This record gives sequence, C-alpha cells and structure tokens, in this order.
Amino acid sequence: MLTLERLSKTYVGGNVALKDVSLTLKPGEIVAMVGGSGCGKTTLLRLVAGLDAPTQGSVAVDEAIITAPNEAIGLIFQEPRLLPWLTVADNIAFGLSGLAKDEQKARVDFALHRVGLDGYNDRWPRQLSGGQAQRVAISRALAPEPKVLLLDEPFSALDAFTRASLHEHLLALWEAKRPTLLIVTHDVEEAVALADRVIVMQPHPGRIFAEIAIDSDRPRDPLSDEFLALKRRILKALDGSLAEARAATAKTDQPAAAAWW
Amino acid sequence: MSDAEAVQSRSQTPTDARRGSPRSALFGNLGVGLLLPLTLALGWELAVSAGLSNGRLVPPPSRIWLTLVDLWKTGDLLKHILATLGRVGAGFALGALAGTILGAISGAVPIFRRLTDPLFQGLRSVPSIAWVPLFILWFGIFEAPKVTLIAVGVFFPVYLGVMGAIQSVDRKLIEVGRMFRLGRTEMMRRILLPAILPSWAIALRSGLGLGFMFVVAAEFMGASEGLGYLLVDGQQLGKPDQIVAAIIVFAMLGKLWDGILVAVTAPLLAWQDTARAEL
Repeated sequence: MLTLERLSKTYVGGNVALKDVSLTLKPGEIVAMVGGSGCGKTTLLRLVAGLDAPTQGSVAVDEAIITAPNEAIGLIFQEPRLLPWLTVADNIAFGLSGLAKDEQKARVDFALHRVGLDGYNDRWPRQLSGGQAQRVAISRALAPEPKVLLLDEPFSALDAFTRASLHEHLLALWEAKRPTLLIVTHDVEEAVALADRVIVMQPHPGRIFAEIAIDSDRPRDPLSDEFLALKRRILKALDGSLAEARAATAKTDQPAAAAWW
Repeated sequence: MSDAEAVQSRSQTPTDARRGSPRSALFGNLGVGLLLPLTLALGWELAVSAGLSNGRLVPPPSRIWLTLVDLWKTGDLLKHILATLGRVGAGFALGALAGTILGAISGAVPIFRRLTDPLFQGLRSVPSIAWVPLFILWFGIFEAPKVTLIAVGVFFPVYLGVMGAIQSVDRKLIEVGRMFRLGRTEMMRRILLPAILPSWAIALRSGLGLGFMFVVAAEFMGASEGLGYLLVDGQQLGKPDQIVAAIIVFAMLGKLWDGILVAVTAPLLAWQDTARAEL
C-alpha cells in the first residue's frame, strides 16, 4: 500500500536527517513512529506527503511514485492550520471543490458529527478552542477520503484529557473508510493507544531502530497490564536508541576534545 | 473568607464603573475636542457682529453657512461636488486596480519584483505636482490628465500595501494549499488573496485619502468645475467664504467616502481575530 524504499534526506549543509528508511504499510494499518528529537520524524512525513523531495529512495502509494502532493495522501499538521477566513464548514470542504455542493455538505456534516461538532458549520476558526480546531483539521484532511493519512504530532499542543478524546474522534473518523494512518509522535502512550505497529526511530542520522507490533483490539485500556508492558517495552527501546547515539557522540567527541586541548 | 468577599465586592464597583465608561469617555472626549473650535467660532462670530472686525479675510461661520446655502440653491455646489467625485472615482478605480494587480504580481513573483520594484519606488518619491506639466503636455487640459494624476496618487499606497501583504502571508497556510494541490492561480484565489484582504482594505483607504489630495492638485491645473475650481475661483475673486466652504465640503466628502469604504469592506473581514476587529 504505502511503501518507503531506502528513503534518505540530506539537507543543504550536509545534515543527514534520514538514512535508508524502508517501511511498508498495509491498507488500513495504523503505524506510530516515536523517537527523540532529531530522528527525522517530521522530515519523513514531509517526504511522504510530497512537500519535500528525498535525496535518495522513493515513496509509493499502490505502485505510484509520490513526487508531489497527491490526492491519495492527506496530512495533519502539528497546528490546526485552519484558514481563518473560511467557516468551519468551508474549511472542511476545502479539498472537495471537485464535488457537487450537496455531496460536499453531506461529507462536512458527516465529519462534524463524527468529531462531535454538530452545528458548528458556520463558526469562524477564531471561535474554536485548540481541541475543536484540531478536530476540524482532522475532518478537513479526511474529507477527500485519502488512502493514506499522515499525522505530524497532531495532539502535542493539547492537554491529556483533550488528547484522549481526540484519539476517540480520530478513530471514529478513521473507522468510516479505514485509510492507512502514519502517526509521528513523541508520546509513547499515544502510540500504544492507537497503533497496530510502533516504529522506534534512532537519531543522527534518522533510522529505524526497532519495530513493536500490537495486536489487541481498540479501544485499549491504558491501565491494563498489557498496555503498561507495551509502554515499558517502547520506552526501553527508545532508551536503547538514544544510548547508541550517546555512545557514538562520546566516542567522536573525545579525540576532538583532545585536539582542542 | 470574609476578607476575600470584601475584596471582591470592593473591586466590583470600580469594574462596573469602568465597564460603562468607554462609551461615556468617547462622548466626553468628543465634547472636549469640540469645545475649542466651537468657542473660537462663536467668539469670532460675536467679534464680527460687534464690529470689532469686518471679517473680510476671515469670514464668520454664519457667512460661510450662507455661502454654502447659496451655492447649494443655485445647484452649483452639487455640480462641483459631482465633478470632483467623478474624477476621484475614476482615478481611484484605475489606480486601485493597477496597484492591486501589479502589487500582487510583485509580491508573488520575486523576479518581477526585482525587475520593477526599484523603478516604482523611485517614481513614488516624485511629488504629485511635478507630474502636472507633463500630463498636460501628454493628455491635454481636460479630464484625462486629472484622472491620470489621481490614479498615480492612488496607485502607490495600494501597490505597496498589496505587495507587502502577499510577502508576509503565513508560509504554513501556503503549505495547506500545497497539500490540496492548488495550482498557481488557485493558490492566488483561495489562499493569498483572502489572506491579504485586511491589508488590502487598509491600502485602499490610504489610496482613497491620497486620491482626495491629488484631486485638488488636478483641479488647480485649470478646471471649470469641481471643488478645486471653487478654491481657485475664491482666491482670484477674493471670496474667502467660498474657499472655506469648499474646504469644509472636502473634509465631509473625504470622511464620508472613507466611511463608505470601511462599511463595504467590513463584511469581507468578519473572520478577523485581531484587535482591529474589536475597534
């Protein structure tokens, strides 16, 4: 379905943000990507979204190579990024301009109902709370029914309660067409709550460090033993991914320090 | 607890008083602001009627009023107002259109900006009156040079405002447009233009203000009607009351049309979440 083939990105100036990341996502699968800062999570999403071009490797959806933003792929940013001059309904319908008016309205109403914002059609974005705005952003990205939805730390700016309810709203919308989801997050709990598979990334350069599959049904009880065990496994893997990087920097630092003195 | 209550009730009274105050403060300020001019006008009126001055060079308010009424009754005033408004309208439409289009292109296309912006910035610093002889040579002495001069005056603030606004559109919103695969014209229509509407409205207002300034310069270059003509005519025939009357009409027209422009653009800006939206 979504295939990343030895994806690498080196920025101008030689900073290697991503090196040889290969990953295949099945249709309808939810994959969470966790990792410390500098492991290239956001870079990876921008490459998959077609906003930036990879230095090497490729992204493909159903065999079609992605080089520019594609209708098969939706992206939810860290901030809602609603267009302030459009009402909530017009924001959600932003990607639907090819459809008939009543079809647009039906999709908008359906999405608003699923995220618990019935009747918010004519509000302005400035009248929404942070959580409401992000729900509208999720609706906007899902309204054109993309095959793949990318989420770039979409709930990181929200408090724990809002985040938990947004997980439910996201799953409710996802349920309708079951697109493939790729979620980048630094919140391990979020990864365990949502994902079928958790990818732990390693920084400098960004690579895949470990992969942890989660089989249990959603919604998952965050207090169950299984949930806590998974959380611990992922945290341990994260620690390992950073330890290797720390060791590497310590090793390279020493001769440099010696030369300095 | 009783302390807290006491504090609360004590702080409540001033808050309530303050809540009611902005409006009364506004009227209070307006009243205070009117005090000085009204006193001066009344004082001058009394001084002239008491025979302390003949009021020939500085006419008393009553005479200005009579002049306005006379001009209105003969239909001259309306004729002059319409002539002036027609010129401002035509010049404003041309200047605003050109300023918007060129400003938008300059803002969106860097190569075009580097090519043309230095030229426009240079022309912008030319005083308006400096154009008059050239425009008369080029366009004759009738309406064309006048409208052109006004259009030039309106063009620059609109051009600058639109160009600056386009350059400062949030990159994050442009990325939203890219995710939805908007082409160049779609990006312009659905992201850039709406985003610059507030700055555009302000640019149009300052353009219109300059239009009213330039129309006087334009009508000084030899018009047979228009408020500027009333000014020149009043000077040549020694009628200061007519000059002051024309100035007052200018002030009222400028304020009126600025108000109309604000009212017309207000519905387009209902979405704004800024201090300006509250004002």
